[in-house]
Amino acid sequence: MELNTLTGHRLIELLDKKDISPIDICNNIINKIEKAEKNLNALAHFDKENSLERCKNLSKTARRGALRGIPIFIKDNICVKDELTTCSSKILKGFKPPYNATVIEKLIGLDAVLMGKTNMDEFAFGSSTETSCYGPTRNPWDLERIPGGSSGGSAAAVSADEAIFALGSDTGGSIRQPASVCGVVGLKPTYGRVSRYGLIAFASSLDQIGPITKDVEDAAILLRAISGHDEMDSTSANIPVPDYMSGIKKSIKGLRLGIPKEYFMGGMDEEVKNSIKSAIEKLENLGAVCENTSLPHTEYAVSVYYLVATAEASSNLARFDGVQYGLRPENIKSIANMYKKTRKEGFGDEAKRRIILGTFALSSGYYDAYYLKALKVRTLIKKDFDEAFKKFDAIITPTSPTAAFKIGEKISDPLTMYLSDIFTISANLAGIPGISIPCGFTKSNLPIGLQILGKPFDEEMILRIAYNYEQNTEWHKRRPQL
Amino acid sequence: MSYEIVIGLEVHLQLNTKSKVFCGCSTDFGSAPNSQACPVCLGFPGSLPVLNRKALELGAKVAIALNCRIAEKIRFDRKNYFYPDLPKDYQISQFNQPLAQAGALNIICGETEKNIRIRRVHLEEDTGKLFHQKDSSLIDFNRSGIPLLEIVSEPDMNSPEEAYLYLTALKSILEYIDVSDCNMEEGSLRCDANISLRKKGDTALGTKTEIKNMNSFKGVKAALEYEARRQADLLENGGRINQETRLYNAEKGVTEPMRSKEEAHDYRYFPEPDLAPFDFEESFLNAIEKDMPELPEPKKNRFVKDYQLSNYDAAIMASDKGVADYFEKCADLCDNPKTAANWLMGDISAYMKDNNISIKDLSLKPAQLSGMLKMIDSGIITGKVAKTLLIEIIQTGKDPEKLVKEKGLEQISDINLLEAAINQVIAENQKSAEDFRSGKDNAVMFLVGKVMQKTKGRANPNKVNEMLREKLKGVK
Repeated sequence: MELNTLTGHRLIELLDKKDISPIDICNNIINKIEKAEKNLNALAHFDKENSLERCKNLSKTARRGALRGIPIFIKDNICVKDELTTCSSKILKGFKPPYNATVIEKLIGLDAVLMGKTNMDEFAFGSSTETSCYGPTRNPWDLERIPGGSSGGSAAAVSADEAIFALGSDTGGSIRQPASVCGVVGLKPTYGRVSRYGLIAFASSLDQIGPITKDVEDAAILLRAISGHDEMDSTSANIPVPDYMSGIKKSIKGLRLGIPKEYFMGGMDEEVKNSIKSAIEKLENLGAVCENTSLPHTEYAVSVYYLVATAEASSNLARFDGVQYGLRPENIKSIANMYKKTRKEGFGDEAKRRIILGTFALSSGYYDAYYLKALKVRTLIKKDFDEAFKKFDAIITPTSPTAAFKIGEKISDPLTMYLSDIFTISANLAGIPGISIPCGFTKSNLPIGLQILGKPFDEEMILRIAYNYEQNTEWHKRRPQL
Repeated sequence: MSYEIVIGLEVHLQLNTKSKVFCGCSTDFGSAPNSQACPVCLGFPGSLPVLNRKALELGAKVAIALNCRIAEKIRFDRKNYFYPDLPKDYQISQFNQPLAQAGALNIICGETEKNIRIRRVHLEEDTGKLFHQKDSSLIDFNRSGIPLLEIVSEPDMNSPEEAYLYLTALKSILEYIDVSDCNMEEGSLRCDANISLRKKGDTALGTKTEIKNMNSFKGVKAALEYEARRQADLLENGGRINQETRLYNAEKGVTEPMRSKEEAHDYRYFPEPDLAPFDFEESFLNAIEKDMPELPEPKKNRFVKDYQLSNYDAAIMASDKGVADYFEKCADLCDNPKTAANWLMGDISAYMKDNNISIKDLSLKPAQLSGMLKMIDSGIITGKVAKTLLIEIIQTGKDPEKLVKEKGLEQISDINLLEAAINQVIAENQKSAEDFRSGKDNAVMFLVGKVMQKTKGRANPNKVNEMLREKLKGVK
């Protein structure tokens, strides 16, 4: 049996029965990585010996935690003490944080085995994992195609059975869109559900860490493991975290689901559209009541997002200046020269583009017209959801307008690339939770994702709908041939 | 031409919290460089700020003491600029909605009072400190993240002297409410000044310059005096004032240009997304208000009313909390507040100055001082004897009553004893006696002085005066 192909909850059962040990899982993972990684490039930092060592140390101890012995990969923008954490950027070359992110502390406390870091778009700027300084990650379903982004490495690793669990981060869809195009489950929690302490910020008011897993039950387990109030993050919410496992298995009979018309217009791929339609029928068959609705300000979401997110990013990325850590080029002449040289050599094109955009949006004379206006429209978008959730238990949409596109296809056309997140961005602007689950395949065997959006802090509801759908379909069982 | 000077001051105050404003690092002064720093105050990637409620409490205390209107919501903004002492390359500050606005404080210029308005008070984080060497610069981040309160006045001061009085009055309040060490040399209180000139009678403000780098209140005054002269000379000669930042050079006593506003930064302020806005709870503010001590100004007014001090004396007694408490204890014990104030402003103040101590280090107890004052009032000792006695009380720690007995310092009012001394003095100073007799009334004072000398200050001077006059007239 290849343990790396199993889900986390199944492995926990086997571990509890003492049929297997964490070392067995770890070895299976390492075998797969050695076989697949040269084609996939899903990992940014991986040290086989280091991982085995951690696993052995864990085997000696009691292993009572909820994640007892399950290996996990971490997106490269989440700080792990004394381990490379570079956001797939040259500017953080060699950077090893002196501290653990809160989610890492939690995972260690629950006896998960930290395996390594996954590849990503530089500083999470992208939807294709092509902007990484380590080169693009490839989609396990078709190596010519992108795995989505920015958490493309995490999604590809889980999809290719290089990983059981992975953490991603989602600022505008960076968990859900790669999960969708890689055929796995990805969940963006409510803003404030998971501590951001130790997540290297892209856009502080939008970022959330979340799970990428093989099925919904695993997503629930991993979400519960990383959630909760954190005194180190004042934006984290002091709201109890339920034990999702009991709640998600309840039937969805009678639940009211809204289908927003704005998500089914324009240049949407026919195959995607048809898959979503079938998924909606399936949900109706399971007893849910689906009804058309409207989120009228949806069309402004992408514009609002690229002002708010870049403005915050321009400020968050200012600290990469060569003074304390990361890259500092040779032959520095003055402090201004050091800033310029460091940032010129350290940041890639997309990072520079977003820093310039954000700096401009915040500049005196433009602030009111751009940033302030964007904040106002953001409030309207949030109100759309507040209204909808008065009537509906959840909202059903496609995760992405297309299946995985080809590597290189959109990289030189940023505006087209930005539209990859058109269905995922609103959830970040509104702060609500969203999950993407597999709901079909294109004729060329590329996964299609269904997005379920829920009320703030009601992750249980979207997990429940996702779980019911998954238990009655087979999509999540398909694995890419690598 | 005559110009009116217009001055506004920006004071940066380090609040005396135990830990920094957004992390748990210590704020102790003088520790080894970078020994008080963590991922948060070093601005490491992924770290997040968490507001220290104590800093907010102290900030609110200042706002209440300065009669400000306190914001309903607490919000922070990011002030973006690149500088190596600023580890995140932005400073967490407050821009659009400061902690408090529209306050005021009174200064006393001579016998008149003047109201100086406070524009705003806001909370922010301090930066690290740079040390420049020959080919490199070093950074100490111990100061990075220490809570800093910026107190901005309206341009309501019209002379360097008023600026000085404003700073003194402000410091007095800040010390009363115990929110800061207020030490300009250690940098826990810093002051920048904006100054401009306009023709007398004009209402529009002239072009201002901003003066930095003063490290004492006297330095602020001197810098402003220089700058006012410089601007007046320029205008007088048909020149124009450049809007610029100037540094005060204390050694040369001049201000020198630093950077001009043309190169000024666009700080790109925007709401700090890492710190969610929150409401100021009324209970929090009420508790601060309840704990607020009596402030210098109401105290001064009470001293005038309850102790019949002059405005001037009352202001001096109230300006320092230690002195005020001391004064009040004496005044209540000795029934002669005016004398107590005089002694505190005179001999005691001089003693503290000579010995470089403050009132809290003074060994003289209020009961000892008032005991001595009582003996003066009841005629047991003379004021002259008291001056020496005061020093002896301080040095020996003995009570004044005991010392007076031991040393036999009681005032001599016994006519027989005085007469002997007077006769002797007249005999030894015939010329002065003659002068008096021939109409020079002042000459008697010289003779009184001689009698005092002979009795080691113990003679009752009024009695001596009276007896001398009698005697000299009688002999004539």
